[in-house]
Amino acid sequence: MAYSEKVLDHFKSPRNVGTLNKDAKNVGTGLVGAPECGDVMRLQIEVDDATGLIKDAKFKTFGCGSAIASSSLATEWLKGKSLDDAMRIDNMDIVEELALPPVKIHCSVLAEDAIKAAIADYQQKNAN
Amino acid sequence: MSQRRLIYLDNNATTPCDPRVVDAMIPYFYEKHGNAASRSHQFGWEAEDAVDYAREQIAKLLDVEDKEVIFTSGATESNNLALKGVFEMYAKKGNHIITAETEHKAILDTCGHLEKAGAEVTYLKVKEDGLVDLADLEAAIKPNTILVSLMWANNETGVIQPMREIAMICEKHGVLFHSDATQAVGKIPTHPREIGVHLMSFTAHKMYGPKGVGALYVSRKNPRVKVTAQMDGGGHERGMRSGTLNVPGIVGFGKAAEIAREEMEQDAARLSKLRDHLQAELTKLEETKVNGNEQSRMPHVTNISFKHVEGEGLMMTFNQNIAVSSGSACTSASLEPSYVLVGMGLGDDLAHSSIRFSLGRFTTQEEVDEAIELVRNGVNHMRDLSPIWEMYQDGVDLSKIEWSAH
Repeated sequence: MAYSEKVLDHFKSPRNVGTLNKDAKNVGTGLVGAPECGDVMRLQIEVDDATGLIKDAKFKTFGCGSAIASSSLATEWLKGKSLDDAMRIDNMDIVEELALPPVKIHCSVLAEDAIKAAIADYQQKNAN
Repeated sequence: MSQRRLIYLDNNATTPCDPRVVDAMIPYFYEKHGNAASRSHQFGWEAEDAVDYAREQIAKLLDVEDKEVIFTSGATESNNLALKGVFEMYAKKGNHIITAETEHKAILDTCGHLEKAGAEVTYLKVKEDGLVDLADLEAAIKPNTILVSLMWANNETGVIQPMREIAMICEKHGVLFHSDATQAVGKIPTHPREIGVHLMSFTAHKMYGPKGVGALYVSRKNPRVKVTAQMDGGGHERGMRSGTLNVPGIVGFGKAAEIAREEMEQDAARLSKLRDHLQAELTKLEETKVNGNEQSRMPHVTNISFKHVEGEGLMMTFNQNIAVSSGSACTSASLEPSYVLVGMGLGDDLAHSSIRFSLGRFTTQEEVDEAIELVRNGVNHMRDLSPIWEMYQDGVDLSKIEWSAH
């Protein structure tokens, strides 16, 4: 199976690889997937307290090329977005952008789950 | 980057055809194009002679009689013919077949087919090192057992089963013994008569011969084994496999067998050194695991898990330069990791992290050295990206995390 150019690009030069301080109040962390399934994504967002916009996003992923590309793309899209807009990122947008084949759609689903998990973590921390 | 030759370390999938084999085959496409079953003219005689000669070359490699070699289209067909053919031929004796969970799909799926036709099949578990437990095997034999089918060497790990011991158990209980020897023939000595194997499947394209031709060894005496044909037609191959013989393929198969017989020993000695070097260098990386029994293993194979790195992703870092296979089936539609490794008790996570390296006659020291470098860099790159590698390094107990299976 050949990968699309965009998947290869994200795979070779992944954007925003790294780790944010998960204990910081303005950082939300989403960890989804399982090693047994061959995919684990950790996606983190840092929210600007003043504007409420996502000012930084980082990821690390254990998985195939499509999983890495999906999470890399997700971090690119997240930066600068409000939480409401971030919630609207749909896995099919990722499928389309990366031209993922049907067997790799689960990678995009996982990326969407990671985004939602990171936002939920942030909201939970800042509920009071 | 300069144009580099792709390094082929996937010889268990298929081997390149040896140029000497190709040379031997060429005349049989045009000048000597006859049908080996044409008894009435020179073209047919010539083709028949060529097939007879190839049969002899293969019989010599196996140390068996010519007539015990039945040509087929490949090992999958040979496995089908052996299992289905024995099941039908010996239906009066019983319906129980014993095999193992780590067999090739050509065996497992054929057994599944036979179960629907009334067979009772026992799938033995293997030990952590990939070997069959002989006590388990003996305990599984029942009065209605007609056949034990266990592979000589495993395709994913290279693990070699204790063939002589298995054969002795079969002999003691008067049960036929079939072996899928696809990965072993031509690379290590495989003498079915001496070992006590009654039927043996193998194929040309795993031993530097062409694709599309294989054979089934069927013992003719002590015991005299017969299998019911699975293809009806002209009654070729002593009535066991009808169909016009693939003369050029068979000629190539014969030549490949002749070369293997002459060069197997030196190939194996050279390749085991290269394999050991590759394995030693790659296992210098932290958190790696060699899968399968290292004492009873094919000389050219090593299967290594690189923990906290997913196999397909890892392969992607170097697949412009090296061709290998992964136990992570992310590449296949099933998304299930290797059932062979899982059957050996490996967790799904480690199975997803495994890479099979299989060297071959044309693998060079330079290629192995280059592969070591590329794989090492790939593992490091993927670990930099891996959240579970980071957790592992931070001392997090990964087994305590509640993962969200998807």
